[in-house]
Amino acid sequence: MNRLSAENVTLAYDQRVIAEELSVEIPDNSFTVIVGPNACGKSTLLRALSRMLKPHQGRVLLDGQAIQSMPAKKVARTLGLLPQSSIAPDGITVADLVGRGRYPHQGLLRQWSAEDERVVQESMRQTGVAELAERYVDELSGGQRQRVWIAMALAQQTPLLLLDEPTTYLDIQHQIDVLDLCAELHETQGRTLVAVLHDLNHAARYATHLIALRGGTVIAEGAPNDIVTAELVEEVFGLRCQVIDDPETGTPLVVPAARKVRAERATAA
Amino acid sequence: MKTHSRSRAVRTPGGLSLHVDLRALTVVVLLLAAAGAAGIALIGTGDAKIPAADVLRTLAGNGTAYQDFIVNELRLPRVLVGLLVGASLGLGGALFQSISRNPLGSPDVLGLSQGSTAGALVVIVLMSGSAAQVTVGALVGGLATGLAIYVLAWKQGVHGYRLVLVGIGVNAIMTAVNGYLLTKADLVDATRAVVWMTGSLGGRDWEQVWPLLGLCAVLLPLVLANARGLRMMEMGDDISNALGVRVQRVRLLLMVSAVLLTAAATAAAGPVSFVALTAPQLARRLTRSPGPNLVPSLCMGAALLVAADWASQRAFGADQLPVGVVTGVLGGAYLLWLLVAERRAGRI
Repeated sequence: MNRLSAENVTLAYDQRVIAEELSVEIPDNSFTVIVGPNACGKSTLLRALSRMLKPHQGRVLLDGQAIQSMPAKKVARTLGLLPQSSIAPDGITVADLVGRGRYPHQGLLRQWSAEDERVVQESMRQTGVAELAERYVDELSGGQRQRVWIAMALAQQTPLLLLDEPTTYLDIQHQIDVLDLCAELHETQGRTLVAVLHDLNHAARYATHLIALRGGTVIAEGAPNDIVTAELVEEVFGLRCQVIDDPETGTPLVVPAARKVRAERATAA
Repeated sequence: MKTHSRSRAVRTPGGLSLHVDLRALTVVVLLLAAAGAAGIALIGTGDAKIPAADVLRTLAGNGTAYQDFIVNELRLPRVLVGLLVGASLGLGGALFQSISRNPLGSPDVLGLSQGSTAGALVVIVLMSGSAAQVTVGALVGGLATGLAIYVLAWKQGVHGYRLVLVGIGVNAIMTAVNGYLLTKADLVDATRAVVWMTGSLGGRDWEQVWPLLGLCAVLLPLVLANARGLRMMEMGDDISNALGVRVQRVRLLLMVSAVLLTAAATAAAGPVSFVALTAPQLARRLTRSPGPNLVPSLCMGAALLVAADWASQRAFGADQLPVGVVTGVLGGAYLLWLLVAERRAGRI
């Protein structure tokens, strides 16, 4: 059985239902990416998996237990989340912010152990922000800042790490940078990663397991090479396209059909 | 190897480790010394002046009977009430500002002080109650206002901006209520009401000390035990939840504590203005540390209030100028400076 799964969950904000009877398994040791059009419920699913959102029905299971009934700090030592928006407190240094990731391992009498120190250093090294340690977070560029937040999530030392649109607002170089970092964490440390991504080509290139959502329903899931086809993209995103092999990696590459072609097909239909 | 330029970790072989911010610790020690010095100076000030050395000797129990009466019976309780009120306002302000993630989210802006005032005015104007009844009225008014703000600002949890906006609305309503109550009062009651509303330490005795001290003794450990969670919450609800902080529970607990501290302080000394707003901001600038700075704010509040009281007695004579006027002038000037500075930094 996989460590993290959602079992027949109904997800809703107040009365607005986003997904009904949704079941999802996150394969252990995978880099799972959730894709789908805007408002398909991908971020909502991620919020439910990380217990930010309580399902109206059904449950999310972590290591066989309902996640909502587990002690908060225990969950936080198993499952980390990098939310879309976080606020760096005024005047905080990189090292201090990364250090806050150690919270679930600390207590009133265990505030800053040698282990905390070691893990913070290691997390900063892995994300390439070690030389920024004494800098203020407000002074950093967007790409650097995102690396710092990832370092903080790493310092939490969780076998499962959830990332909500980690590449949004970054330029293309920093997007690839962050995704490379995720792939490395997945490959070298065997962490299970779950990310929501907007860019289908990034998802196809980096994911080992892809979940395609539309209207709160899983349309397809599996390895990108097995499931990404022109038919699937049209079904999920309503976009005509060609799917070719990525010349760099051999993974599926989605090329949207030209405007003229799409217009002609629309009139033909 | 060290990551923190100002912090040190103190570790024991048994696995205990404490995180010590040296600068914050220094600030706390200096502020406590300043509060103590201002307190001793304040005890020595008045119609009968007593040198600091005599004050210390008398406090230790070695003074003359006359000095003992003036110091221990008349003036010590006043200083203690000042210290406790300042500490409660400083801590309450730091809690509110941290929870709302906004320096303007302090109890005097949110209408808590006006709520306490309304409670006191109801007792003074409508019931012509005793001093003790006024205290109870102020306490009830403050707590009810705190509850109202919490309920009105609640929407799947309480968040910064909504809390501030709701608080400002409540503040406006309570100000109007207080204005109405004052027009209903006869001259004697109105005079009494206005004196109370300025915030003063005059004539405070041991009866005001004990309840405040008791409340602080209970709430302070409770607040400090949750301070680490509050630190995390400054980064947003999602990330603190992800880190294992039980956000809603910590927030409710700390808000209730802050309301209790503020209401009790206001009940004891009247709505002393701006201490809750300024103390945390000043403390922050001294410690230069991110985070709620709870203990430094508490010490700053105590030092600020007693120093302001001493300054007003020194400059204008015994009980001529209530301490609330001094803190109001200082706090108002500081608030303007803060707004200008924030605008320069491009934040507003």
